[in-house]
Amino acid sequence: MTAGERTPLLEARGVVKSFGRVRALRGANFTVYPGEVVALVGDNGAGKSTLVKTLAGVHSPDEGQLLVDGRPVAFSSPVDARAHGIEVVYQDLALAAELQPSANLYLGREIMRRGLLGKLGFIDDKEMKRRGDRSFHDLGVRIQDTSASVAAMSGGQRQGVAVARAVMWADRVVFMDEPTAALGVVQTRNVLDLILRVRERGIAVVLISHNMPEVLEVADRVEVLRLGRRVARFERGNVTMEEIVGAMTGAIEHKENHA
Amino acid sequence: MSEAANTAPAEAIAAPDDDFDREQPQPWWAKLVGGSSIWIGLILVGLIAAFAIVEPSNFVSVANARNISTDAAILLVLATGQTFVIITAGIDLSVGSVLVFAGVMSAKAMDWVGGEGTGTIVVGLISALFFGGLWGWLNGFLVAKARITPLIVTLGTFGMALGAALVITGGIDEREIPYDLIDTVGTGRLFGEIPWLVIIALVVAAVFGVLLAKTRFGRFTYAVGSNAEAARRAGISVDRHLIKVYALAGVLAGLAGWLSLARFGTTTIGGHATDNLQSITAVVIGGTSLFGGIGSVLGTVFGVFIPAVLQNGFVITGVQPFWQQIAVGAVLIAAVYLDQLRRSRNR
Repeated sequence: MTAGERTPLLEARGVVKSFGRVRALRGANFTVYPGEVVALVGDNGAGKSTLVKTLAGVHSPDEGQLLVDGRPVAFSSPVDARAHGIEVVYQDLALAAELQPSANLYLGREIMRRGLLGKLGFIDDKEMKRRGDRSFHDLGVRIQDTSASVAAMSGGQRQGVAVARAVMWADRVVFMDEPTAALGVVQTRNVLDLILRVRERGIAVVLISHNMPEVLEVADRVEVLRLGRRVARFERGNVTMEEIVGAMTGAIEHKENHA
Repeated sequence: MSEAANTAPAEAIAAPDDDFDREQPQPWWAKLVGGSSIWIGLILVGLIAAFAIVEPSNFVSVANARNISTDAAILLVLATGQTFVIITAGIDLSVGSVLVFAGVMSAKAMDWVGGEGTGTIVVGLISALFFGGLWGWLNGFLVAKARITPLIVTLGTFGMALGAALVITGGIDEREIPYDLIDTVGTGRLFGEIPWLVIIALVVAAVFGVLLAKTRFGRFTYAVGSNAEAARRAGISVDRHLIKVYALAGVLAGLAGWLSLARFGTTTIGGHATDNLQSITAVVIGGTSLFGGIGSVLGTVFGVFIPAVLQNGFVITGVQPFWQQIAVGAVLIAAVYLDQLRRSRNR
């Protein structure tokens, strides 16, 4: 396995996380290598969302280790994860619909005016819009009127804004939690293209998805979670949909390398 | 593909390869109705024009403009704070009572310092701002930290602040207001023409209008009202920001209390029971959305002046002034209906 020779960008080792009596993660492993698209798949309740939130600093693990570039790290909040270049596009997108797209891109990290005005708290909307427009253009997110509010946009465009925001701040990894679940055929196509463009920039993408054809199309690797554990890893080209689904449901037992 | 073959799959094929291009630019009138405060400004201009045509000699005069704006000044200060609160998707019912309480504490402080002069007046101002801010802070703390709905929190402090003012004064208005305050801020005019009350109110509106539109504080205010969870995930301390916004509304209510002392020369304890509703009406007529995330102080300025112009115009044109209440109520409902239309179109 070629992947094993590289140093993982982000790694979870033996992560355990319980909520009351529910053991969401039971020693889960997960690995992201630099510049790849890795799909994280699993049935409902397999622990995907918990794992993502743990890696994004929303939850702290009860047991186990997180590593960035092979070095152990501890995230006490999403801000810590962001400081390591990790961003998440949540399923609900977390956009302020009444604000413009550029205001959303820079929300909480506004560009301030120079000099005295900046010290007084004035923000530089023009510059944010200029950079935002460029970022949408570079990513191929087509928004006709970027001075209109996000509320006026289609689902695909909103997804585009949320992804652009994550990419703008992520140096290393972008997590996307079911980015196409609510989208139509054409919009889904756009988001998948977007994922590949993000990878071209050297940013790794973790795609959480239920849609197997989609996973097979864009993912370089697939990691399967079942009952709070990683049960299988596949490389692109060496796997069929049946194998993935088999691993998800437990119909096919795979040997997990670690632990 | 022919028009007749307008079945669902055909539509999918006929659709452009890209849904990102689906949005059409809005026509100019949609932008007017949908967004800015220009629309409501036009209504105000229309009202003024109508009264000016009907009664040119009496309505169009410096003295009358002064009357209208003096009456509106204190309400504008309250409504400016209310604008911030409503943009966070909150509401502040306590402003009138906080005004009264701050006025009482201001009068007490000035009485305690004694004398006339600038020093005494400034002590009164600081006292008013402080005690106004205190109630505002309490509102914000209860809304943000105890997570009690703003309607109930501020309904509670509405009663409490007025009750406290009554307890402190024994229910009797404080009339020992330094004459210097009344003579300058209360009835004084810049160049003998523009009342200081009006100048102070407009400066407050301008400063906080800019704060809302151009600064990070304003941006956070919109973000918290638009989607508090998104703001939280973006690293904004939503609780702290809410407390600041309610405290700001309290401080401005305190300022209004001090202005009210200056104008009336007494604490007017019984006279502010409907200030909250008037300020909310002004803010909503001005295009600020009760659902949060949308609004401007400029709109609120228009929203304050529309009822004031109606009241004054009806008196001058000899219409029974009671019609003002009916007209303002109708404008309020229309404003909220437009807001809902705008939202349903966008979702």
